[in-house]
Amino acid sequence: MKIIAFAEQRNNQFKKTAFEVVRAARTIADQLGAECNALVIGGNVSSIASQLGAYGASKVFVVDDAQLEYYSTTAYAKIVAEIARAESADMLFFPASAMGKDFAPRVAAKLDAGLAADCTALRVENGTVIATRPVYAGKAFVEVAVRSAIKLFTLRPNVFSAGTPAGSTAVVEKKESALGEADFGAVVKEIKIAGGKKDVAEADIIVSGGRGLKAPENFSMVEELAASLGAAVGASRAVVDAGWRPHDEQVGQTGKTVSPSLYIAVAISGAVQHLAGMSSSKYIVAINKDKDAPIFSIADYGIVGDAFEVVPTLTAELKKTLNR
Amino acid sequence: MKILVFVNHVPDTETKVKVGADGKTIDPAGINYMLSPYDEFAVEEGLKLREKFTGEAVVVSLGGEANKETLRKALAMGCDKAVLLKNASSHDSFAVARSLADFAKELSPDIILLGKQSIDYDNGQIGSLVAEMLGMPSISVVVKLEINDGAVVAEREIEGGHEIVHAKLPAVVMAQKGLNQPRYPSLKGIMDAKRKVIEERAVAPVASKIEVLTMRKPPAKNPGKIVGTDASAVPELVRLLHEEAKVI
Ligand SMILES: Cc1cc2nc3c(=O)[nH]c(=O)nc-3n(C[C@H](O)[C@H](O)[C@H](O)COP(=O)(O)OP(=O)(O)OC[C@H]3O[C@@H](n4cnc5c(N)ncnc54)[C@H](O)[C@@H]3O)c2cc1C
Ligand SMILES: Nc1ncnc2c1ncn2[C@@H]1O[C@H](COP(=O)(O)O)[C@@H](O)[C@H]1O
Repeated sequence: MKIIAFAEQRNNQFKKTAFEVVRAARTIADQLGAECNALVIGGNVSSIASQLGAYGASKVFVVDDAQLEYYSTTAYAKIVAEIARAESADMLFFPASAMGKDFAPRVAAKLDAGLAADCTALRVENGTVIATRPVYAGKAFVEVAVRSAIKLFTLRPNVFSAGTPAGSTAVVEKKESALGEADFGAVVKEIKIAGGKKDVAEADIIVSGGRGLKAPENFSMVEELAASLGAAVGASRAVVDAGWRPHDEQVGQTGKTVSPSLYIAVAISGAVQHLAGMSSSKYIVAINKDKDAPIFSIADYGIVGDAFEVVPTLTAELKKTLNR
Repeated sequence: MKILVFVNHVPDTETKVKVGADGKTIDPAGINYMLSPYDEFAVEEGLKLREKFTGEAVVVSLGGEANKETLRKALAMGCDKAVLLKNASSHDSFAVARSLADFAKELSPDIILLGKQSIDYDNGQIGSLVAEMLGMPSISVVVKLEINDGAVVAEREIEGGHEIVHAKLPAVVMAQKGLNQPRYPSLKGIMDAKRKVIEERAVAPVASKIEVLTMRKPPAKNPGKIVGTDASAVPELVRLLHEEAKVI
C-alpha cells in the first residue's frame, strides 16, 4: 500500500501544513504497514525536498519546472493524478488550504475517486481509514469512509501535529512533467501578499474584535494586543459588514474557520455563526462587558469588563511578561 | 452570454443542529432552509454578467421539492430560468457534481457560477469537480471578477493575500464573500418568480464515493472561568494562559 502526501510550498519554502500532512500520512502509513511518500511541485524546489524526510516521508517526488513557479489548478491536478497513477498510490493527502482545496477535487475527478474534505482527525479501523470532518460549520462532526479504489483526504491546517523533525532525510526522486499550454487552463499571474499580515486561517494565536469596539479606529487596540502575541487579527461579521475590517479577517460560518491554540474575542457577542467558525480553538478567552454574552458559554477564561480598559492593560502586561 | 448558476438549499445559519434518529444526518424538524450564502453571491454575479453582456441566466439546484424555494429566490432576484434536478438530496460531492456536470454539458454555458462552499456539509468540492468533469478551467474563492472578450481575470483569496488568476471562457467561478453585494428581490421580481415554471428533471442515480458512518455533536465544553470583572484581572489571566493553558 502506498500513501502520497502533497507538500505545499510557496516561494520555495514549505508551508507548516506541508509538514503536518506528511506527518499525518506517516502515522496512517505505519498503522497500515504502507509506504509514505511525499510530492513537491514548483519552480525551483529540488533543494528543499529532502527536508520532508524529517517528518516521515521515505521518498519525495519532485516536479521542478519553471512553468510551475506560480500555482495553476489545472497543471497541478494533472501532475498529481499522473504520479498517483504511475506510482499506484492508494491514498493521497493534501492540506485543506486555499491551494489544496482548490485542486484536490480536480485530482479526485481525474482518478474517479472520493475525497474526504477538511478532515480534523484520521484513524484506522480494520484496515480502513476513517476520517472525522466537521459539518454545519463545526456544529456537528461526521465520520466518513472513502469508498473508491484511490482515496483522497484534505486535512485542516493547524489541527494535525507535525511532530518534532527527526533527522532522517528522504530519497528525492525527480519526475518529469510534459506540460503544454493546454494544461494551464487557469493560471496565477500575480500574487499580492498583504505585507507581513498573518492570516487567521494559519495563525496559532488570533485576537478578534467585534462591534463593541464602536469605531474602526479602535481596532488599533486589537492590533496592538495581537502584535504583542505575534497573533493574527480577526473580526466578527458585524464589523466586516460595517466596512471596518477587510472580509478576509472574518471568522465564522460565512468567514474563515479557525483552530488556533488561543483565540481572544474582544467585544464580540458570540452569535452562533461566529462560534461556528472558532469553537474548535484550543483555548478561548472572552473580553466582554455583558456577563450574559453567549461568547462566555464557550470561553475557557473570561473577563467581564470594558474592553477599552482591559485590552490596553493586557497588552502592557503581555509585553512585560513576554519581553517583546 | 449563457450563464449557469448552481444553488444549494441549506439549513439557515441559526440552526441548532440535532442528530437525527439514523445517527448519520441531522434531524430536519423545525429547521428553516435558505439559499446558501455563497450561492447568493454567485447569483448576483450571474445577474451582473447578464446585464453587461445580455443573454440568459439559468439557475439549477439538485435536491428535493423543497429546493424550489431557493430556486424561486434566485428567480425573484432576476434569473431567467430555473431547473430542479430531482434527487433525494444527496450530500455526496462526486455524485452531485456528476449530475450537475451532465446537465451543464447539455446547456454548454459560457460560465458556471457557484458558491465556494455549501454551508451544510462544507465540502467546497463541487466547483472543481464539475470543472474537471467538463474539462474547464476553474477559479475558487473569487472576490473579484472581470471578463472581457472571453478572457477572465479573477482575484482569489489565499492565506495572507490574493492571487490574480487568468483563464478563458468557458470557465467555472466559485464565489466568495466580497465578490459583490447581492440585491434584494424586488416586489415585481417576487411576483414574476411566482408565475415562472420551474423545470423538473429526473437524474440518474450516481453511486456515492463517501460513506457517512456516524454524525455526532462536538463534546460539550465545560463552563469556563470568569477571571475577573475589570482590568485588575489581567495579571491572573496572563498567569493562567502561561501556566495552566500553556499557550503563551
Ligand atoms: C447568514 C449569516 C451568516 C453569518 N456569518 C457570520 C460569520 O461568519 N461571522 C460572524 O462573526 N458573524 C456572522 N453572522 C452575524 C452574527 O449573527 C452576528 O450578527 C455577529 O457575529 C455579531 O457581531 P459582534 O459580536 O461583533 O456584534 P454584536 O452582536 O453587536 O456584539 C457586540 C458585543 O460587544 C460587547 N461590548 C460592547 N461594548 C463593549 C465594551 N466597551 N467592552 C467590552 N465589550 C463590549 C457587547 O456586550 C456585545 O456582546 C452571520 C449572520 C447571518 C444571518
Ligand atoms: N445540490 C446542489 N445543487 C446545486 N448546486 C449545488 C448543490 N450542492 C452544492 N452546490 C453548489 O456547489 C457549491 C459548493 O458546494 P459544496 O462542494 O457542496 O460545498 C455550492 O455553493 C453550490 O453553489
